[in-house]
Amino acid sequence: MDINYLALLPEIILSLFGVLVMLAVPFAPAKMQTRLAYPALLGLLLAGAAALAFPVSAVQEGMLFHDQFGTFCKLLFFFSSSAVVLVSISYLDGMGLRKGEFYALVLFATVGMSLMANSADLIMTFLGLEILSIATYVLAGFRRQDIKSGEAALKYFILGSLSTAFLLYGIAFLYGATGTTKYAGMVEAVSVSTDRIVALFLGLGLLVVGFGFKAALVPFHVWTPDVYEGAPVPVTAHLAVSSKAAAFLALVRILYQVLPQLSTNWQTVFWMSAFLTMALGNIVALTQNNIKRMLAYSSIAHAGYLLLGIVANNREGLQAILFYLVSYALMTLGAFGVVQLVGREDEKSVAIEDYAGLGHRHPYLAAALSVFLISLAGIPATAGFMGKLFLFSAAIESQMYWLVLVAVLTSAIGLYYYLRVIVFMYMRESQTGQLEITVPTPAALAIAIMLAGTVYLGIFPGTFLRLAGEAARF
Amino acid sequence: MAETPYSITILLLIPAVASLLTLLIPASRVSAPKWTALIATTATFVWSAMLFVQFDPNSPSMQFTQTVRWFEVGGFNVRYQVGMDGISLLLVLLTTFLMPLAVLSSWTIDRHLKAYMASMLALEVGMLGVFVSLDLILFYVFWEVMLIPMYFLIGVWGGERRIYAAVKFFIYTAAASLLMLAGIIVLYYASGADSFDLLEITERLAQGRVILSPVTEFLLFLAFFIAFAVKVPIFPFHTWLPDAHVEAPTAGSVILAGVLLKMGGYGLLRFCLPLFPKASLAFGPVIAVLAIIGIIYGALVAMVQPDVKKLVAYSSVSHLGLVVLGIFAFNHVSIEGATYQMLNHGVSTGALFALVGMIYDRRHTREISRFGGLAHSMPVYSALFMIMLLSSIGLPGLNGFVGEFLILQGTFLSSTVYAAFAVSTMVLSAVYMLWMYQRVFLGNITSEENRIVRDVNFREVAILLPLVAVAVWMGVQSGTFLRKMDVSVQNVIERVESAREQQIFRVENRGY
Repeated sequence: MDINYLALLPEIILSLFGVLVMLAVPFAPAKMQTRLAYPALLGLLLAGAAALAFPVSAVQEGMLFHDQFGTFCKLLFFFSSSAVVLVSISYLDGMGLRKGEFYALVLFATVGMSLMANSADLIMTFLGLEILSIATYVLAGFRRQDIKSGEAALKYFILGSLSTAFLLYGIAFLYGATGTTKYAGMVEAVSVSTDRIVALFLGLGLLVVGFGFKAALVPFHVWTPDVYEGAPVPVTAHLAVSSKAAAFLALVRILYQVLPQLSTNWQTVFWMSAFLTMALGNIVALTQNNIKRMLAYSSIAHAGYLLLGIVANNREGLQAILFYLVSYALMTLGAFGVVQLVGREDEKSVAIEDYAGLGHRHPYLAAALSVFLISLAGIPATAGFMGKLFLFSAAIESQMYWLVLVAVLTSAIGLYYYLRVIVFMYMRESQTGQLEITVPTPAALAIAIMLAGTVYLGIFPGTFLRLAGEAARF
Repeated sequence: MAETPYSITILLLIPAVASLLTLLIPASRVSAPKWTALIATTATFVWSAMLFVQFDPNSPSMQFTQTVRWFEVGGFNVRYQVGMDGISLLLVLLTTFLMPLAVLSSWTIDRHLKAYMASMLALEVGMLGVFVSLDLILFYVFWEVMLIPMYFLIGVWGGERRIYAAVKFFIYTAAASLLMLAGIIVLYYASGADSFDLLEITERLAQGRVILSPVTEFLLFLAFFIAFAVKVPIFPFHTWLPDAHVEAPTAGSVILAGVLLKMGGYGLLRFCLPLFPKASLAFGPVIAVLAIIGIIYGALVAMVQPDVKKLVAYSSVSHLGLVVLGIFAFNHVSIEGATYQMLNHGVSTGALFALVGMIYDRRHTREISRFGGLAHSMPVYSALFMIMLLSSIGLPGLNGFVGEFLILQGTFLSSTVYAAFAVSTMVLSAVYMLWMYQRVFLGNITSEENRIVRDVNFREVAILLPLVAVAVWMGVQSGTFLRKMDVSVQNVIERVESAREQQIFRVENRGY
């Protein structure tokens, strides 16, 4: 079988750079370890350029797709991984964790995500998921001396392995039902006969468990707050954005492309999950005092909004999911970027109280965080609002009125906890005195890009929405 | 000056650009932000006054319209579409008129002045945007965006319980508006229009090209109505108002009372009545009763307030109850009166809040019992206070009378019972206002602090005189303003009238 290496070029570049970074680690002096971020960045940039340079020719048969949807996903992953790399430089320096493996792991995780979202075969999906997972298990425990980080890694690993087992079991059922693991073959098998419907349902259900875990959908979300709290902030950002997006996109591809015949069934499942995810995420976020935990629950809530797009089961829904993922990446990465800087060495200040008076001491950081929070809350003139508008609109087009009502009410709850941080930053005086926060250039650059993107998408969403629309077809 | 399609865009751009400029002023230029804000708001006022003169009162269509494609993807077509009819014109004028005065009344603010003035200017953009938007999404964007600067104004520069008040204000209004967002999208799909153009959707519904099922219409009406009812506020959605008003800084209260509350009334006139006339008619009696409860309840609660600012805040609940009653009496006179009364309330209550702020600056208290005999020590202040107070309670010759009279006359035409209850506002407002005046200004000076308190200074007179002048002008020459809105009010009422006729027709048909 011919292999189209050009189509695979982004993943090849990333893997090569990952290996290069790995090889450089033993030879680089401690001071230079975090400088390895720059080759990693270069790799991500080149991979992005490769993804753009070789436009989609024909859909490739075999293990991987090569289509617009996949390119969109790849670029999203490369973008968010670059942001993670940028903010992690000063973080690792500050923590005394001068280990270049970090960047290699981020690159490998990115390869995994890219394979997952482009996979044309369940085996490849599984492989991608494993590449992603193993890298992130290690990343979650990267602060080895910290007990919480260790706890996060262990919890994530144990629960993650369990969910992977579910996924694999689901793949087995689907194979049993259709006689193939290839998406194309499965589509055919499902359309020809549905006499193995039970196996098909079981397979789908188990698949949902596996992906639901990665995407932190209720009721598979229980690991999220602990892991997000314990993991180093850049890793938390990576988990909350890229890893979640990868699971979502892989799931979307399977649902829309492989199992559209079962749409009435999975719509019901995701309807309930969306309801629970939005409600639980928003309500529990209300009571959080640690900003990382708060953002963890908020990320659960946002997964719920994203599910609106799946439940809508129309092209607008898919388009809205893609647009929303971009907005979500911008605002969440931006928020975590600020959280990381405010947290300083050893993440000393991650309680919401620590943000008191930030607005007066660090007006730029506070203003940036305010924009990200306002965007997360879905107030207009930000990307978050536009994203919600499109998701709601898609769901309403499919007449999911009740679900939109739930989304509206839970968004209203969300206003409170996002505003709470702003209240602390601007309306309360600091109790602990002056905190000196240094803002290193790479992190500042990342935050500035996220800020510009959040505002740009909030005011001029047209271009990106069109791109998302073009990508939203299989 | 030739009419350009950019008239309204310029109106929005002046404060928007000024808001950004204010943020760029270096910290060493201490008083530059307030001058920037004053000049920008005055320029906006002058510009809107020119639009007021240019506005053709005989044309039934929107004027100064401009349409630019904003984003258009698939069936999703959102435009930057702005324009004004008589109702929006007057509310725009009210906004631009109050803004320089609000800036002047914030002259003594020294904490984070730059951010304060930038917020004020951003607030103006939002408010003006609400009144001129003709695209539903654009409208919603302005409607929500405006909350953020107001939230900061209350939360950062407010009184003791400012955080509670700011959060409550934000959550109440934003939560209610989210329902409206869902309503907007449902309306868009239900109307089958190819954009969020308000005029097109209204026309499609009016011509009967699309007929909403009664249930849809009722639910949509409610989704919009609740957002507006919270803003007005209509009893029982009013509980955020006393908190927000009392805790907001003086200029914040002036703008809250003067303009923000009007956005609710404007929404009812622009959206609820023309889009959902049948539901409006059906809910009319319920809303009228709520409005009457608001009128009486607001007045009674105002009567027992120990705090002057709270008293004025509750008087707003009462006065706006009257406005809502006027809107839901569904006739030309009452709606014209309601619109006029919104303007009056903006002027007189805005002035009262400014006045209360002045005394608070001097004495750092607003408790009625701490005052007495101020008329001796502050004769000019007391006189100006008296004029605005009389304007608020509707003394003939001042603006309040015209509005109240029109509303009551219109309501009487629709329902004598409602009118009978509503008339109580005349009596009750006189009671709480005059009683307050007596306790604060008349009698003997009871304490030394009240004896040595300074009278108004030049800046404060500069704030109050325009307000007094406008109150008199609107009371004597109401035609200047009423003429501009005549045709637009007729437009609103025609939609309701035709729906009413259809209903009567249907009922008659059923009879035979």
